[in-house]
Amino acid sequence: MSASEVQTFTPREFHRQAHDALGNPQIRANFRKAMDGLMAKRRDVFSDWDLETLRELGANIRLRALAKLPDLLERLEANCQANGIQVHWAENGDEACRIIRGICERHGAKAVIKGKSMVSEEMHLNAHLEAAGIEALESDLGEYLVQLNEQTPSHIIMPAIHLNTDEISDIMHTRTGTERTRDVDTMTAAARAQLRERFMAADVGVSGVNFAVAETGTLCLVENEGNGRMTTAVPPVHIAVTGIEKVVEHLSDVPPLYALLTRSATGQHVTTYLNMISSPRKPGEHDGPNEVHLVLVDSGRSSIYQDDELLDTLRCIRCGACMNHCPVYTRVGGHTYGTTYPGPIGSILMPHMMGLEATKDLPTASSLCGACGEVCPVKIPIPDLLVRLRRESVGEGRGNVPGAGVKRSKKEVAVWKGFQWLATHPRGWRSSTAIAGKLQALMPSKLGPWTEYRTAPKPAKVSLHALVKRHQAGKFDEDGEERS
Amino acid sequence: MSARDNILKRLRERTDGPLTAPPSNFAVVTGRGWSQQERLTRFERWITSVHGEVVHTPRDDWTIALAEVLEAKGIRRLALGREHPVAAEARAALAEGDIVLIDADRDIETWRHEQFHDTDAGLTSTRGAIAETGSLWLWPTSDEPRLLSLVPPIHIAVLDADTIEDTFFDVVESHGWANGMPTNALLISGPSKTADIEQTLAYGVHGPRELVVLLRHAEEYP
Repeated sequence: MSASEVQTFTPREFHRQAHDALGNPQIRANFRKAMDGLMAKRRDVFSDWDLETLRELGANIRLRALAKLPDLLERLEANCQANGIQVHWAENGDEACRIIRGICERHGAKAVIKGKSMVSEEMHLNAHLEAAGIEALESDLGEYLVQLNEQTPSHIIMPAIHLNTDEISDIMHTRTGTERTRDVDTMTAAARAQLRERFMAADVGVSGVNFAVAETGTLCLVENEGNGRMTTAVPPVHIAVTGIEKVVEHLSDVPPLYALLTRSATGQHVTTYLNMISSPRKPGEHDGPNEVHLVLVDSGRSSIYQDDELLDTLRCIRCGACMNHCPVYTRVGGHTYGTTYPGPIGSILMPHMMGLEATKDLPTASSLCGACGEVCPVKIPIPDLLVRLRRESVGEGRGNVPGAGVKRSKKEVAVWKGFQWLATHPRGWRSSTAIAGKLQALMPSKLGPWTEYRTAPKPAKVSLHALVKRHQAGKFDEDGEERS
Repeated sequence: MSARDNILKRLRERTDGPLTAPPSNFAVVTGRGWSQQERLTRFERWITSVHGEVVHTPRDDWTIALAEVLEAKGIRRLALGREHPVAAEARAALAEGDIVLIDADRDIETWRHEQFHDTDAGLTSTRGAIAETGSLWLWPTSDEPRLLSLVPPIHIAVLDADTIEDTFFDVVESHGWANGMPTNALLISGPSKTADIEQTLAYGVHGPRELVVLLRHAEEYP
């Protein structure tokens, strides 16, 4: 795909998009190279750690936070408010967008600068603000490039991973007039200069949150570039937006999760910055925003919360290791999924946000090889959840997912019921296999997707069972030839 | 009902009933038991692995090392605080020279353009550091505001060798962070960086291009 060609993706077209991506050598090469590198780096950076014990701790911290979730959210709210941070609650993305737009409008804001936030992607905040005449500019370099190219992120940690150096050079040239170059330092310096002006001019900074600490009312942001610190410290107003599941109980819960997050995500022993914000600018302080807002968004999370098995989805700390290690993601790339969160985590999360009607193909976009579950820093049993969602999609689950049963087919149910009866009734089984053998010529040669890559199965003239029986009755010789 | 009440009600009236919190064993993130020399080695190895520079200096002569760094990097305009001993000693030492000292303890609104465009470096103190990850611990103050370590293209941080601790968890616990967090608490591990262009590492994307740690030793560093 050329840099200027804009394509829209939807989970409803997963198969077609996967087909296109598989046939695109550029996409294949970009992802293969990046994912191989990330897997190797993660392996190396954990080499001298007791990784299983650390993952166990990470999982238990997240489980504890979820076990106490309503209490911790109230505690977070009370402590943030005591620190001077204004807290807002939103049932869904639209409500969150309206809250953020409202804050912007109260300040007469025309320009918003954004730090990386997947929750804001989830609610299409940029489009919402732009419709209200407020410019929203991404400042994370990858997000900036993706926005310049009018695309969406293809990876939750590395948004521009689908683009290579030449494509990025093209984008920067076309959209910002930067001179074409293959030198990454030159391109980075150009983006720095362009964005610094925007930081100074921005009326409001919008960021995500990696961990929200209930005990102290602290918002933790993990990053390498410094754009997160800029976004949260330069403009006069900072709005942090996050899902309700991001809360942790204690400040001491942060170090183990931070250790897991950076190593799992990019194989880094630490990121350049851990930015912990507990209040707006206090009297006597000389910089930082005068107002800090926290917007807590539900968007289907409280519904996932109801079910003991599905609950594990909410442990996620958004490291992206599951996609880095997924053989399907590596081959089809992030855009193919057509959802805010791609890869294995997206396949278990998006059905709750968009319903199974739109996302019914995602839980099947996996070979169930188990790599995602093995690398998950908080031990989410992703393969089990994929299977659960497959069951839900054919109406065999608990019906706790919107759109459950969308893939249920009366024909398929009848076929399996019939098979079940035959397989548990020996007489019926024998007579039906005998009939199938006699009618083998009538067997259709095309059986839908099955025969796209395979020849149709043909029932044997004589079933194995009948052969053995005849053999035992002495009708065959030692070589299996029928005695004349 | 408000969104808040609805959300909390749904969480409290959970279909599958209340959840039990499992215990957490933090042993894996503490108890390293490193010697002072091991801490120093690890800190330096990690922070230099991400492009941080470490300059060792005797505690009493640290401003000489500072002057050498300023000279070597061609820094003419240095922003710094006033009250912290690090800032006060630096000011005293540099008062006679031709380095322009820029007061950082001013409302940013009054000098934003100067900070973004006409400041070569920012000098800050640190509260400590973490050996396991090569991280500096900063709690910005009104004397040394938060943008001082972010906006100027070079960040010079002054660190005392005996304030390096083993792990982040150890720092949070032993200094009782949870008893009172400042407006902004920071861990800084190297200069600003990105790998967003085809996984190629580039430094200085938004924050400082260079981070120099002046590591002060009470005794002669071997």
